[in-house]
Amino acid sequence: MTNLMDRPNLPKSDQPRAPEPISTGSEWTFELIQKYDDEIAKCAAEFGLDTYPNQIEVISAEQMMDAYSSVGMPVGYHHWSFGKQFLSTSKGYQRGQMGLAYEIVINSNPCIAYLMEENTLPMQALVIAHASYGHNSFFKGNYLFRTWTDASAIIDYLVFARHYVAECEERYGVDAVEEILDSCHALMNYGVDRYKRPAPISASEEVRRQKEREEYQQRRINDLWRTIPKLDEDDDPVKRRKRYPEEPQENILYFIEKNAPLLETWQREIIRIVRKLGQYFYPQRQTQVMNEGWATFWHYTLLHRMYDKGLVTDGFMLEFLQSHSAVVYQPPFNSPWYSGINPYTLGFSIFTDLRRICENPTGEDREWFPDIAGSDWLETLHFAMKNFKDESFIQQFLSPKVMRDLKLFAIQNDDQEDVYRVTAIHDDPGYRDLREKLARQYNLSYREPNIQVWNVDVRGDRSLTLRHIPVDRVPLGKETDEVLRHVHRLWGFDVHLESVDDGTVVEDHHCPPREFEED
Amino acid sequence: MGMTHIVDRRLNGKNKSAVNRERFLRRYRHHIKRAVSDAVQKRSITDIERGEKVSIPSRDIEEPIFHHGQGGKREVVHPGNKEFVAGDTIPKPEGGGGQGSGQGQASPDGEGMDEFAFQITQEEFLDFLFDDLELPNLARKKLKDTEAFKYIRSGFSTEGVPAKLDVVRSLRGAHARRLGLGGARKKKIRDLEKQLEALKSAPEDLDPAFSHEDQIQVLEEEIARLKANVRRIPFIDEIDLRYRQHVKKPQPATSAVMFCLMDVSGSMTQMHKDIAKRFFILLYLFLKKNYKKIEVVFIRHHTSAKEVDEEEFFYSRETGGTIVSSALKLMHKIIESRYSPAEWNIYAAQASDGDNWNDDSPVCGKILADNILPLVQYFAYVEITPQDHQMLWYEYEKIQEQFPQSFALQQIADPGEIYPVFRQLFERKAA
Repeated sequence: MTNLMDRPNLPKSDQPRAPEPISTGSEWTFELIQKYDDEIAKCAAEFGLDTYPNQIEVISAEQMMDAYSSVGMPVGYHHWSFGKQFLSTSKGYQRGQMGLAYEIVINSNPCIAYLMEENTLPMQALVIAHASYGHNSFFKGNYLFRTWTDASAIIDYLVFARHYVAECEERYGVDAVEEILDSCHALMNYGVDRYKRPAPISASEEVRRQKEREEYQQRRINDLWRTIPKLDEDDDPVKRRKRYPEEPQENILYFIEKNAPLLETWQREIIRIVRKLGQYFYPQRQTQVMNEGWATFWHYTLLHRMYDKGLVTDGFMLEFLQSHSAVVYQPPFNSPWYSGINPYTLGFSIFTDLRRICENPTGEDREWFPDIAGSDWLETLHFAMKNFKDESFIQQFLSPKVMRDLKLFAIQNDDQEDVYRVTAIHDDPGYRDLREKLARQYNLSYREPNIQVWNVDVRGDRSLTLRHIPVDRVPLGKETDEVLRHVHRLWGFDVHLESVDDGTVVEDHHCPPREFEED
Repeated sequence: MGMTHIVDRRLNGKNKSAVNRERFLRRYRHHIKRAVSDAVQKRSITDIERGEKVSIPSRDIEEPIFHHGQGGKREVVHPGNKEFVAGDTIPKPEGGGGQGSGQGQASPDGEGMDEFAFQITQEEFLDFLFDDLELPNLARKKLKDTEAFKYIRSGFSTEGVPAKLDVVRSLRGAHARRLGLGGARKKKIRDLEKQLEALKSAPEDLDPAFSHEDQIQVLEEEIARLKANVRRIPFIDEIDLRYRQHVKKPQPATSAVMFCLMDVSGSMTQMHKDIAKRFFILLYLFLKKNYKKIEVVFIRHHTSAKEVDEEEFFYSRETGGTIVSSALKLMHKIIESRYSPAEWNIYAAQASDGDNWNDDSPVCGKILADNILPLVQYFAYVEITPQDHQMLWYEYEKIQEQFPQSFALQQIADPGEIYPVFRQLFERKAA
């Protein structure tokens, strides 16, 4: 917010208007992109958006497919799964099923955003506002990203990882490396310490420390396994019952990297690489609604600001609004296009309503959000963006009005009943309940099975036991045995997985499978 | 603001995913090979040369992760409520285990979600089609039997015709020789001249017994001798001469001719011809992968043979008996007149239903053994018949024993066997 004259909330007539719009056609040029970016940046500064420096890269459709396939990593190691992703992306694109790449933006410093050359000028402006100022400020401001990722080091780290994997392929063969990567990918979501703050990844340090690790790691592991059981210890029932690890470990990949008896050093390093990538993506998995909502709120607000300043034409706004409404369209639950709640819609609705609650609060708002109603909207939105993740964000800021607008309702499916139950809807008795349920839906540990390392039979057959704690009796999926085979490949000895509900084992899996189970 | 950096990346390589894509194809090569071989059998004859859609069962390429299965109790929030109020119940559909986690998605393109379908390019299609196959005797032809040569420069020689004299090289050699022969002497001359100078400038000793006269004279003579020596070093000598050398290098024959021989007598139905055509097309594509330039000669025969164009070869019908040797004779004649084995790699494929005039079969064997097989890289005979063999087959079997390297025969009963038989004929043989 630089000066009062530029305050966006003033009536239009009081605002300084540009003598003429930046452009009138829909063809873009580099010069025009530069001009639009300059103006968008000015608007963003008015609203106090704090961003990393931007790098905008104009790419072709083919390159966009490449970017898609590498799951948003600008540099990646080679793996068939990215090839598979590429094949299905290009298929979808060629058949015109997929509007390619609304935007791809990399959480790095500088923040890299891709513009596709096929886009019209209004689309380019939208993507710049959305990615280079919306997402960018989210990456820089949100606490999860600040805690878990190091934007300035990620590119270097990816380059290190790519080289390391390539080197391993050369030394140990493509197949051997592919096997390890397959197994690591299967556990990638279980490679994060959820509660501990990790050391940020930094490439230069990685390279420096990697050699060091190579030397020490193997020795450390040998130490664990070299322990010769002493007779008296074995006889002591208390010591015998002591588990290793003493506390359950949720970071399965980390545990394997540090403790698997038979892995070679390079294999541990590859586990570490996948673990670090899992960590890099971890904040994104938990802030989809917020991140997209924030970016959408800002492309909407920034481009309207441009319009108010007379920098863009009516035609520009029409095209922009058409794209915008497509992005935030939420098909109802019974539509053939319905595939869950659209995170863009939900996030955009909450941020937009948050601004309204600040600027034009109603009695309901004062009751529900006493601290927020009537406050400075910019400050409040920034506070919300910085200090929450999807789960807590929804829990904190989903207003009754948004629930009404989206006509949200909750359905319970209990396999012990022969009916579905509508448990809450967008009405007075339902609001709080509904909000809680929706928030829980975005809780990672509710969405993904809670599986932790429970025990290693250090003195016996070296088998690894994982423990699954089911929630609401929801069992494990069909692929569980398949994943266990990957765990087994990494661990090198028998692997067990037991689901323990209320102290009783309700489900168990073993790799190799137990013979007597095959009936 | 000036903080934004705008980069045009469009000219950077677009094939960043090529390696990953290749890795994917590599991993699923067995699936793809099967799809390709199925495709060859299903495709119409004219469009064999394009890419192919390959489907792989999704479960085979899944990347498994831990996830929730069906069952238990779960609640999902949905948008777009119309008439529900809290407490409403909705009967579950019969038989179904209830809806999934809400993540279930229908395939957008109507393809089953249990199939992962993708497109491979024409080139990849052919690679998979001809994977592990090789053209017999290709190497031999290139290296040993080639009679076409090209002269290429290969350094310099001390002998040659004046036209090839390399002046610069020769003069450089002469200069080096002059330095080599004269350098030591010239140095000696300089040394002696210095001594001479010193003697001459030294004060004359009064005692004649110590006079320098003698020494000076010796030195002067030596210097004169050496100078004469140096003068005798020729400016250019015979041994300085260098000639540009050219050697004959065998020119690998990179063009091939393919002879398609087919029986079109009354007994050959359109079905027979279709099978033959597919076989010929496979061979053509295979040759195309190995040679830059390919010519195709179509010879059809019943009792007499005729060189025809493709259209006539495959689609016009004839009646009457069969004399196979007429086609072989014509083929030999065409090779003699147009395709010198020195320049051409010659391949031949013959398709027939096995019917021949009995007295003719030994003649065929003889023409093959004496005239044709010595000239060609490979001669493949396919007999399209579900029935017992006739005379011609047994005759050809003898030929195969005689020429296992360059002659092969196989039988095809129905279209499904074309590709397997083709593979057998061109399987890479352990050396």
